[in-house]
Amino acid sequence: MSVPFVSVRDLAKHYVSRGTKLNILEGISFDIGKGEVVGLVGESGSGKTTIGRSVLRLVEPSSGSVQFDGTELTTLSSAQMRRARPRMQYIFQDPFASLSPRMTIGEILTEGLNIQGIGTRKERLDRARAALEQVDLPAEAINRYAHEFSGGQRQRIGIARALTLAPEFIVADEPVSALDVSIQAQVINLLRDLQQRLGLTMLFISHDLAVVEYICDRVIVLYLGRIMEIAASADLYARPQHPYTRALLSAIPSPDPDAPRNRQILKGDIPSPANPPSGCVFRTRCPNALDACANTVPQLREIAPGQFKACIRDDLS
Amino acid sequence: MRFCGQPACLAEPDMDKRIDPILDIRGLRTIFRTRGGEITAVNGIDLTIAPGETVALVGESGSGKSVTSLSVMRLLTRNVGAIAAGSIRFKSKDGAIRDLVALDEQQMRGIRGDDIGMVFQEPMSSLNPVFTVGDQIAEPIRIHRNADRKSAMTAAIALLDQVGIPDARRRAGQYPHELSGGMRQRATIAMALACDPTLLIADEPTTALDVTIQAQILDLLLKLQRERGMGMLFVTHNLGVVAEIAHRVAVMYAGRIVEEGPVGEVFRNPRHPYTLGLLASMPRLGDATRMKQAGEKLAAIPGVVPSLADMPGGCAFSPRCSYALDACRTAVPPLAEVNAAHHSRCIRWQEVSR
Repeated sequence: MSVPFVSVRDLAKHYVSRGTKLNILEGISFDIGKGEVVGLVGESGSGKTTIGRSVLRLVEPSSGSVQFDGTELTTLSSAQMRRARPRMQYIFQDPFASLSPRMTIGEILTEGLNIQGIGTRKERLDRARAALEQVDLPAEAINRYAHEFSGGQRQRIGIARALTLAPEFIVADEPVSALDVSIQAQVINLLRDLQQRLGLTMLFISHDLAVVEYICDRVIVLYLGRIMEIAASADLYARPQHPYTRALLSAIPSPDPDAPRNRQILKGDIPSPANPPSGCVFRTRCPNALDACANTVPQLREIAPGQFKACIRDDLS
Repeated sequence: MRFCGQPACLAEPDMDKRIDPILDIRGLRTIFRTRGGEITAVNGIDLTIAPGETVALVGESGSGKSVTSLSVMRLLTRNVGAIAAGSIRFKSKDGAIRDLVALDEQQMRGIRGDDIGMVFQEPMSSLNPVFTVGDQIAEPIRIHRNADRKSAMTAAIALLDQVGIPDARRRAGQYPHELSGGMRQRATIAMALACDPTLLIADEPTTALDVTIQAQILDLLLKLQRERGMGMLFVTHNLGVVAEIAHRVAVMYAGRIVEEGPVGEVFRNPRHPYTLGLLASMPRLGDATRMKQAGEKLAAIPGVVPSLADMPGGCAFSPRCSYALDACRTAVPPLAEVNAAHHSRCIRWQEVSR
């Protein structure tokens, strides 16, 4: 990767709730190359959605830097940010909550173009029709309302909305999690197809590691707001290095009746961000934790070309 | 048991008692009255569960899997949902076999929470926020066993301990919001098991949980089922979970069982195009990298699940099925016998293969 297209450095997000400081994200740094698809995986509370939203400044990060194609986003004024927004779009998880029931699909798809003042009314509607075509929906859909569509079709509309502004970078936040299995595959194929055809750069957020393996070039594994491991997907799934990545992969039930069932079950629960463990945040559930893990926060370090882990142990393989 | 590393060591149910199943559903038809008219959510289900056996009902939204479990518990919303036909013969702890469909509400109350335990998807909505966890687990013991408050609480603490909640005595005095999601689901399992049911109905019990917590809960359910020899009806949309927990699987589509048989056999050798399609449409861990490199697409099932109000004629899956013939659109295919334990509702089952 030469110059990264998106570059995140030391991103942090804190909230204060009833006088308690919650460290939702801490020390998040990663790059995304142009045309690359990077996956963010982790369980509830790991901070994956907060990262996605902070990168596009849909929530304001507490500190850190986000560079997009050489421009620092975190210091832009809201007017400057608005001008930059067409280049970066967001796809939401819930296809029911993310589409207004009072607007026609045409109004939903042209809203961004209206705000940006792009084109005449006719040109905007043409772009909406073209976007519908890209997601394999009929152009007549522009006169209908969201409730007339199934969950899978609504998610296609949400994808079309992100595409009308011809973005270069898309944050897709659990775009298939709310869909049934048979529909999920349709939308995954569509997203991959669009990404390749349009050369999109993508940050793909999901808790489903199999979906991430299929769609992402590289994967970032999060736990309690910290990065545990970063690796190319081919390496991560074949040779997971961090104890958390291993446990996460091992916890996924396989439909293959002949798959080996040497499951490793993590004990306990994810700690509260109000009271995270000292040192490595994963140590309280880690099967490989040492006393030393409580003392220092492990830094991400490269242990194989392109593969990084935040774990002090080198003797695990 | 599966988690010991050998699939073959999943506890075998007591096959001799199959002659006398604890649950025997015949021709169950459940309808809902809507403004647009009557719709059939479950359309003629036959299903049996032997003592110690786990049967998974698997399907997508609207397939009727949850309505089937609600029908067994007789928890359909009154005046909206109703059992229109069929029988649900259940063998209670005392050995009496009764048709649950014919029982009145008073009699059902005697069975729910005593002979049949229930665990639902969302632990927060099955627990009452204003009572302590211990009180709620003790409640069925006090009602069904006439136990006094003190001994019921002692039993509740022992149950919390059995479901793997550390420091059970202190936890029993806490309210649901003080527990994590995984702990809450453990507490609802303790509640369901309080009176030693012979049948546990678990409706998507791990769907709201993270994968590492899901693994804990599945492990717990396997262990408890094995120790207690209960039958289990396990409703889920997740085929991976089915392979972990169930002996047999019934795949539902649009209100009917389309394929049914031992999990290993059905997943290795599916004989209905819908089961085949479901299995093929899932990205598999470890295989997705190969598929991506080879430029292979996921084998998505085209089209959408039909609306219950607007069912296609004949086989409901035929509009999405690559095997469909004209005959499929005219009559609902019968459940064909692949072998004594394995059935498929497809007229071309002999040609269906991976």
